[in-house]
Amino acid sequence: MEDLLLPFQYDYMNKAIFAATFIGAVCAMLSSYLMLKGWSLIGDALSHSIVPGVAAAYMIGAPYVLGAFFSGLLASAAMGFIKAKSNLREDAIIGLIFTSFFALGLFMVSLSPTSVNVKNIVLGNILGVSDEDIFQMVLIAGISFVVLIFTWKDIMVTFFDENHARTIGINTKFLTILFFTLLSACTIAALQTVGALLVIGLIVTPGATAYLLCDRFGQLMIVSTIIGSVTSFFGAYISFFLDGATGGIIILLQTLVFIIVFFFAPKYGLIAAKRKIKQASELLRNPANGGQ
Amino acid sequence: MADYKFNPTLKVDDITVTYNNGHTAIHDASFELEAGTICALVGVNGSGKSTLFKSIMGFIKPIKGAVTLSGMAVNAALKLNIVSYVPQAEDVDWNFPVLVEDVVMMGRYGHMNFLRIPNKKDKAMVAEALEKVGMTEFSQRQIGELSGGQKKRVFLARSIAQEGQIILLDEPFTGVDVKTELAIMELLKEMRDEGRLMLVATHNLGSIPDFCDHTVLLNRTVLAAGATADVFTPKNLEKTFGGVLRHFTLGGDDLHDDDDARSLSVITDDERPLVIYGKETKKSKHATSDKDEEA
Repeated sequence: MEDLLLPFQYDYMNKAIFAATFIGAVCAMLSSYLMLKGWSLIGDALSHSIVPGVAAAYMIGAPYVLGAFFSGLLASAAMGFIKAKSNLREDAIIGLIFTSFFALGLFMVSLSPTSVNVKNIVLGNILGVSDEDIFQMVLIAGISFVVLIFTWKDIMVTFFDENHARTIGINTKFLTILFFTLLSACTIAALQTVGALLVIGLIVTPGATAYLLCDRFGQLMIVSTIIGSVTSFFGAYISFFLDGATGGIIILLQTLVFIIVFFFAPKYGLIAAKRKIKQASELLRNPANGGQ
Repeated sequence: MADYKFNPTLKVDDITVTYNNGHTAIHDASFELEAGTICALVGVNGSGKSTLFKSIMGFIKPIKGAVTLSGMAVNAALKLNIVSYVPQAEDVDWNFPVLVEDVVMMGRYGHMNFLRIPNKKDKAMVAEALEKVGMTEFSQRQIGELSGGQKKRVFLARSIAQEGQIILLDEPFTGVDVKTELAIMELLKEMRDEGRLMLVATHNLGSIPDFCDHTVLLNRTVLAAGATADVFTPKNLEKTFGGVLRHFTLGGDDLHDDDDARSLSVITDDERPLVIYGKETKKSKHATSDKDEEA
């Protein structure tokens, strides 16, 4: 029993667990929107294309958030430019740009292996981040959380029916930009917990899981946030014992929850669906017992 | 029950809309509508119907001319929540996790504070709107679980809950059975009698004379606008649709053995066809004499 409480005796563990839980929760809130709009891969592209910026920031000793922001901006500008000047499909452009940026990031890391730890960027290392980085993460998560509390319904209406949102006086352009700003900021922050390769999990899986459980957006967001924060909490906690595999553990926990829900969800689960089909066919064979 | 502070009017004054890519979707279009009107907006795909809607909703600014709603600029009118929009079924994500009740409640958002927390009045208005369209028993359904006609009624309920005075409806009859179509028409007439103004984009030519008192014919510009009885003529329709429309005419000789010269015209845009049975020569020029007096 005492062994299980051991992680909480270390200051750095408490900070890491808190930061991971908080950013996991906010990413999960964002995931509720992202998976509904079919934008999941944009998150993936984003997380990969900020790697060179992070590497550069570490090389020159600047705050990593700044570097990430700058290279994310550059990547979206490049995607926009190619899209405007060619007939290539969006997925091809996204794939092209984000792998190029990711490759550039890896190349930069290999130039200066002492100042940047490639493992930290690609796989994340919440247990090893500095206090300043923890502070940046918590700040980003905190601001995003507050903004979402105030705007979640307006963003929902905007994404559900933009025309209607517009007619009731909602500034849909502003909200869309706001949403992507939050998404970028949280992706950058989450890089420290799970790494560039797995950030996509944090901003897709909790929402996708909650979608199978809920018929209302508000509920979906709450369920998603619970899944995101609980799995992040335990991921960070367990990694104390397993040393350094935080990202993998968090995402695996989320996948586990997803699989359970996929089969056992009361309304949209696989087993519920089979039961409904069975009931329907019985009703057809034997209408007398099943009728209302 | 609601007191209407604004007399809903719509004035489209000589507007030209050009998109960023240089495509001019509408040019020099003008028409005007008064309160208590149901107006059909008729034109082929690509004739500028959705561009016109977008200009009325302030999505795009005309490069020339202006849209005026109840005497106000579009953005001022939107702030007062008097414009509401009933989307085309295919523009809605039916898998979105919202209940019928939630969608109708979205109509009240413009009346709430910025946190969008509904009060008693909002809840009462939603219940009333659902009652009005006969969807009360479905209020807890996820929207994807509804039939085509029920889906339409949810969005109608939303604009009723919104207390919209100028209502834009995009193809309200596609994918709807005849019974629901009639129910929707009755509802629209009721809303007209309450003094609202409705602009209905529809391909359903046959039902237009049944419920639309005004018609605007559109093909990149307004070809004709006015009372349906005056505007909705085979000649104007031919002008509007060019060769796109199916148009069958059965001459008097094919229809009758006697010397009755009337012919039967069937005009269809692949939805409910418009059937025109020529006027009997014995009667006056206008068969519908009551409409005659208005003209």
